Amino acid sequence: MFKKILIVAFVFALFSSINAGPLQAAEGAAHPASQEWTTDGLFGFFDRKQLKRGWQVYSEICASCHSVRLVYYRHLEEIGFSPDEVKKIAAEAEVAAGPNEDGETHNDGELIVRPGKPFDKIVSPYPNDLAARAANAGALPPDLSLMTKARKNGANYLHALLTGYKEAPADFKLTEDMNYNPYFPGSQIAMGEPLSDDGVEYADGTKATVDQMSKDITAFLVWAAEPELEERKRMGVKVMLFLIIFTAMLYAVKRQVWAKLH
Amino acid sequence: MSTPTWKNPIVQWVDHRLPIVTFLDHAIVKYPTPRNLNYWWNFGSLAGLILVIMIGTGIILAMSYTPHTSMAFDSVERIMRDVNYGWLIRYLHMNGGSMFFIAVYIHIFRGMYYGSYKEPRELLWIIGIFIFFAMMSTAFLGYVLPWGQMSFWGATVITNLFSIIPFFGESIVQWLWGGFSIDNPTLNKFYSLHYLMPFVIFALVFVHLWALHTHKSSNPLGIEVKGDEDEIPFHPYYTAKDAYGVGLFLIFFLGFTFFAPNFFGEPDNYIEANPLVTPTHIVPEWYFLPFYAILRAVPDNFVDVWGILPVIISAKAAGVIAMFASILLLLVLPWLDTSKVRSAKFRPTYFWLFWLFVIDTIILGFMGAKPAEGTFLLIGRLATAYYFLHLVIFIPLVGKFEKTKPLPESISAAVTAGGSDAKEGS
Ligand code: HEC
Ligand code: HEM
Repeated sequence: MFKKILIVAFVFALFSSINAGPLQAAEGAAHPASQEWTTDGLFGFFDRKQLKRGWQVYSEICASCHSVRLVYYRHLEEIGFSPDEVKKIAAEAEVAAGPNEDGETHNDGELIVRPGKPFDKIVSPYPNDLAARAANAGALPPDLSLMTKARKNGANYLHALLTGYKEAPADFKLTEDMNYNPYFPGSQIAMGEPLSDDGVEYADGTKATVDQMSKDITAFLVWAAEPELEERKRMGVKVMLFLIIFTAMLYAVKRQVWAKLH
Repeated sequence: MSTPTWKNPIVQWVDHRLPIVTFLDHAIVKYPTPRNLNYWWNFGSLAGLILVIMIGTGIILAMSYTPHTSMAFDSVERIMRDVNYGWLIRYLHMNGGSMFFIAVYIHIFRGMYYGSYKEPRELLWIIGIFIFFAMMSTAFLGYVLPWGQMSFWGATVITNLFSIIPFFGESIVQWLWGGFSIDNPTLNKFYSLHYLMPFVIFALVFVHLWALHTHKSSNPLGIEVKGDEDEIPFHPYYTAKDAYGVGLFLIFFLGFTFFAPNFFGEPDNYIEANPLVTPTHIVPEWYFLPFYAILRAVPDNFVDVWGILPVIISAKAAGVIAMFASILLLLVLPWLDTSKVRSAKFRPTYFWLFWLFVIDTIILGFMGAKPAEGTFLLIGRLATAYYFLHLVIFIPLVGKFEKTKPLPESISAAVTAGGSDAKEGS
């Protein structure tokens, strides 16, 4: 009995040690509050309406500084846009497409620019990192396509960051061009507060509060980072059900076989 | 051993020319096994299953992966997004790595608890440690492939360890890198070796099983099999028991794969490698943490205190030596352990030492994840000291002074007499 208790304690300890991870990069940063996300839990799913709103926030606000370079226009069909709508969205962007079908570039060697197509990557705001830094006082707005996976507690952190801008406390020395945000490591961030009430006018009539927009853009970025999430969890539930039944049967077989021994 | 005759004429034809059916019959059907093996004996076959899963998923990943610094990260993301069920294959491979180490760590501790490494199974144990070593290098090499921040900086830390080798260190590191820094040639080399190593492991597993089948499995009582009544054929008893174990294991493994696929991972590895930006904390995968803690535990002035070969051994070198020693010592464990009695069941003092050792390695794991400073470093040092104390001092001494409990007459006697041992077999 005693040994069994020890063993259970051991397994628990093992798991907590796995979970321990490194001290967060955000040492000393405020702990983000947990929000409810439709993608959480065993039955997590995408709320397509919310993702469309999130796309609106991205394209009208964040897209002026941040890329989502791993996402293609065609992917937007997965969040509920029709093929025609996707064509229209893509066509609004200009794609530097290289030589045209006849192999021509402009005379000065500049690439030919054409309207975007569904098979194009979502066009980035800057041609490269240097250009991005030059336009943002030396700071680099990171690509957002994997952001929720690339930060610990990704979705909650993002929401806390976007809604967490505050007046700096009197004793805090804020560097020039920086903004106070207790959720960012070091508490000052080069990005100015991107969201303000009614910063967008939602196509579906939802009231665009900062909190609402922040949740929508975060949900959109969760999708951008893990577009397979919904399919993965659905498949997982089926696989688990199968395995539980199958394992119970294997246990019965094992009991049956071993019963002969005693 | 006479070659049995098989009813099926095709089987008989093949077996007469290549006795593969007879071999399998001996190895996994009639193979005589102690009747009292408990569930801790399931982890060997589980590790074998995981190896096969890793090779299977790895070969599929390799079809879409590009080993070039400018494309590796994106090619993994392409697998995740555009390859049919690529996310599943990749998450199986990623979590499979962790599962492999969980299974093998339990397997190793099982061996320590029940004294499975003792005469005549020393070589079996040593080959096992070789497998463990090969697994660690395979996992390290594989972790570099997705070319994230931790891939890059982990590789930087680990390859630099080789620079402490006297005289040849620099050239060895440059050879590993294929240049003067970690770059495309390094990635290419690591990819090639990551593809190779699992097959080396496969061969080692084969030798491991060969040694196993020579003296057969040990058992929870740690006493020798005395006769037929102590044994049962592998099939159907242990095939049924192993199959049930596989079911439980798959629930655990696929639970992570489908519902928390990045649980064991580092968020930083979803940021593409950038030689110009060092992450705040460089941490290896969880399964290396105890060894990482030992690496960083050795104090800078260790060498001054001891004054041994100060020219060759720097503080960093001492850390690396301690880390390698912590694994290499396991190779000689069969000779460090002086007890005639195998199983901790009958060794009241060793029982406690064993669990203290387990706790010690877990503490080391915790400390490996923390920055090496202040209290963390102190605890890490104490735990490191205890690790070596256990292996080099306690294990040899306890075997000499311990008063062991009386061993049962035979396996079958213990099992039929009832009590807890009988249950463990069922
Ligand atoms: C005016 C340009 C600009 C806009 C608009 C903008 N950002 Fe940023 N963002 C930046 C810059 C610059 C940084 C880098 C900050 C730093 O490193 O201090 C950044 C950083 C970030 C980060 C990374 C924080 C981290 O942990 O490293 C996230 C997430 C982010 N932005 C999200 C958004 C979202 C979501 C939007 C749209 C609602 C948005 N940003 C709009 C310029 C912008
Ligand atoms: C002993 C068995 C193996 C172990 C322990 C192992 C371990 C790993 C690990 C830890 C990773 C990094 C996963 C990540 O974080 O993304 C990886 C990646 C990879 N492995 Fe393996 N591996 C094994 C066998 C194989 C085999 C046989 C192949 C076949 C060629 C293979 C091909 C790959 C490829 C292409 C990647 C990069 C893709 C990715 O990162 O997901 N592996 N491996």
